[in-house]
Amino acid sequence: MRAAAVLGLLGALLVLTGCQREQRRFSEVAPASGRPDRLRASGFNPGDRQAPAEFRNPYERNAWAAAEGKRLYAAFNCIGCHANGGGGIGPPLMDPAWIYGGEPVEIYASIVEGRPNGMPAFGGRITDSQAWQLVTYVQSMSGLLRKDVRPSRSDHMSVRPSEQSGTSERRKPPQ
Amino acid sequence: MTAPRPATLAVLGSLLALLAAAASRRTLDAALADDGQWVRPAKDLAATRYSSLDQVTAANVKTLRLAWSFDLGVERGEEAAPLVVGDTMYVVTPFPNVLYAFDLTRPGTVRWKYEPTPATEAQGVACCDVVTRGAAYADGLVVFNTLDAHTVAVDARSGREQWKTRLGEIARGETMTMAPLIVGDKVLVGNSGGEMGVRGWLTALDLHSGRLAWRAYSTGPDRDVLIGPGFKPFYTFDQGRDLGVTSWPPEAWKIGGGTVWGWLSYDPELDLVYYGTANPGPWNAEQRPGDNKWTATIFARRPATGEAVWAYQVSPHDLYDYDGVNELVLLDLDLAGRRRKVAVRPDRNGYVYVLDRATGEVLSATPFGHVTTTKGVDLTSGRLTYVDAKKPELGKVVRGVCPAAPGAKDWQPSSWSPRTGLLYIPHQNLCMDVEGVEASYIAGTPYVGSATRMYAGPGGHRGLLTAWDPVNARAAWRITERFPVWSGTLATGGDVVFYGTMDRAFKAVHARTGEPLWRFETVSGIIGQPITYRGPDGRQYVAVLSGVGGWAGAIVSAGLDARDASAALGFAHAMRDLPGATPKGGRLYVFALP
Ligand code: HEC
Repeated sequence: MRAAAVLGLLGALLVLTGCQREQRRFSEVAPASGRPDRLRASGFNPGDRQAPAEFRNPYERNAWAAAEGKRLYAAFNCIGCHANGGGGIGPPLMDPAWIYGGEPVEIYASIVEGRPNGMPAFGGRITDSQAWQLVTYVQSMSGLLRKDVRPSRSDHMSVRPSEQSGTSERRKPPQ
Repeated sequence: MTAPRPATLAVLGSLLALLAAAASRRTLDAALADDGQWVRPAKDLAATRYSSLDQVTAANVKTLRLAWSFDLGVERGEEAAPLVVGDTMYVVTPFPNVLYAFDLTRPGTVRWKYEPTPATEAQGVACCDVVTRGAAYADGLVVFNTLDAHTVAVDARSGREQWKTRLGEIARGETMTMAPLIVGDKVLVGNSGGEMGVRGWLTALDLHSGRLAWRAYSTGPDRDVLIGPGFKPFYTFDQGRDLGVTSWPPEAWKIGGGTVWGWLSYDPELDLVYYGTANPGPWNAEQRPGDNKWTATIFARRPATGEAVWAYQVSPHDLYDYDGVNELVLLDLDLAGRRRKVAVRPDRNGYVYVLDRATGEVLSATPFGHVTTTKGVDLTSGRLTYVDAKKPELGKVVRGVCPAAPGAKDWQPSSWSPRTGLLYIPHQNLCMDVEGVEASYIAGTPYVGSATRMYAGPGGHRGLLTAWDPVNARAAWRITERFPVWSGTLATGGDVVFYGTMDRAFKAVHARTGEPLWRFETVSGIIGQPITYRGPDGRQYVAVLSGVGGWAGAIVSAGLDARDASAALGFAHAMRDLPGATPKGGRLYVFALP
């Protein structure tokens, strides 16, 4: 009886996560509670304090969001400063090194709040959903997303290995 | 006898002040006339970068050795020229634009250091590394531009700031990277940001107050461009009213580029200042049908008022980011049996132009690099002829576009030796594949609309030093280099030419033959401007900054990831092996004979 319930639950979970990949979200309502209240630029915790709970990207398993993010990445001129991930004015986003951190919440903060050495703050110009879609795409550039979620090949002149082949030495993609 | 009245005293006082000013001007003139100094990046107003100093010769340069060096503490592209005035050397670093004064009587010691603390956000709108091309000296002041679009004047003795003027807005993508040119009491400066939808201008500031005297925009109505009744362009395609508006789609000139980030020169006899304007924006040319005046144009103006006297559009409706900002070296040459006052310009589009500098007439335009994008310059109409098959298109990849976006030659300045009659042109040999993409304008972000990927041109070498004979319009000799030669060159009275390479070599070659004479390994690649001077001890010194970067070296200085061929606007792809050849750095080197 209990085993059946557990199995049922597991099945439902599988179905749910499976569907999420293809799920399109057109609603502009923030999927999570929006801007996390505590942004951290360091993993150190003086005085042995507890690290704040991790803030997850609501689109982490959503391939459509990653593709949307890729479109927005061009539309909002991220491409002009970061190229297709290799960088230019701004740092590369396809490599395993991060200045301000590669956790979804940290990437979110970089995009929405800006960074002092020339990263413009896009908060106010893009919606919260768009910000998370951009986070999803940025995660995919260095292979931080599951392979089936990463965007497929570009339509334009091929200038970089596809996001499909991205790897990151620093963090494993979520299982 | 009565006591002198206050008015008399005041008159006496101002007389004394005038006398003092005249005296200081005289010592200044004496100082500027001394060929042992280096008071502006291009050495003289004609921009020859030639020094008559001849202790160091082709025969003895092989014994040249390090005299002293100094770590500048900034490891970005070091493009600046050191200045030497009297017994002091001045060096300005890339962002955060620290100005150092070195005491040449005690080599290697810092007299003072001035920090302008530019806004850190400026780094986000600097297209091609956070460089500066140096300072200029006049009348007791060292003047330079900061990345966040200010011009500052610093007292040359004390290092105290005399004035600081804000000229542009980084929020709109404006930065300043060029070195000012000082003509009389005017400081001439221009903006950068051609990849950010910036509207270009040249501005004159009063040397002593920093107040704005005039501003000449590169696009827009004639009154903004300072085009008036005295404007006499040589060719018909440059004639007409408000071409800076009518050669654009509606409103596009407001974000159309034509920035002024390169070199200026000045002819005191004709009283004309010469300079060029940069590429039109966006790179995607389908978004801006028309000639796009006055981008990629050479201007001659009056320094006192800014009034335009002539203009010549070098690359009308530019398709490839061929900025028209390279140096204009002012020479008097015998051409076809006639003495002509000319301006020689090795342009980004791959041609060496010899122009009559009084009228703007093109006397010759000869390719000095590999060119597939154009067929030449029609000397009757003055127009550059484009090759249809190489025109970039939206959504189509065009291959074998040569020269690539940085041109056959970028900002890196040439030198001229009156002894050899040769112009020493440092340059590159790059081609690219290009695809047009839609560009959307968002203030303060890039406005480019082009996907590019660069690679070495024919021969496989990416750099060249070409010794060019402008009279016979041909190369006398060439040296090939593995990487683009992104440093300036220096020509001396000892028939030695100096230049640096991105793989860390500072080199001396014979000015007549190009024969290699000497080399020195520096800490990082060299993209700076070598200079020479006579020290307080009477000996000749040669100085250069080492520190790779700039657009060509951003792969190292900004740590780019070249798996993406479009990194650094496609330049990183051509420089994938640079990280293996040099680390970053920022060091001043000074050499002398033993
Ligand atoms: C005008 C240039 C510019 C534009 C446009 C731009 N960036 Fe940036 N970006 C930068 C710079 C410069 C930095 C580094 C800032 C610093 O070091 O303080 C940066 C940093 C970042 C970082 C942090 C990287 C790290 O290593 O921690 C992320 C993520 C990022 N940008 C994403 C984006 C996205 C997504 C967009 C488009 C919505 C975008 N950027 C648009 C210039 C730009």
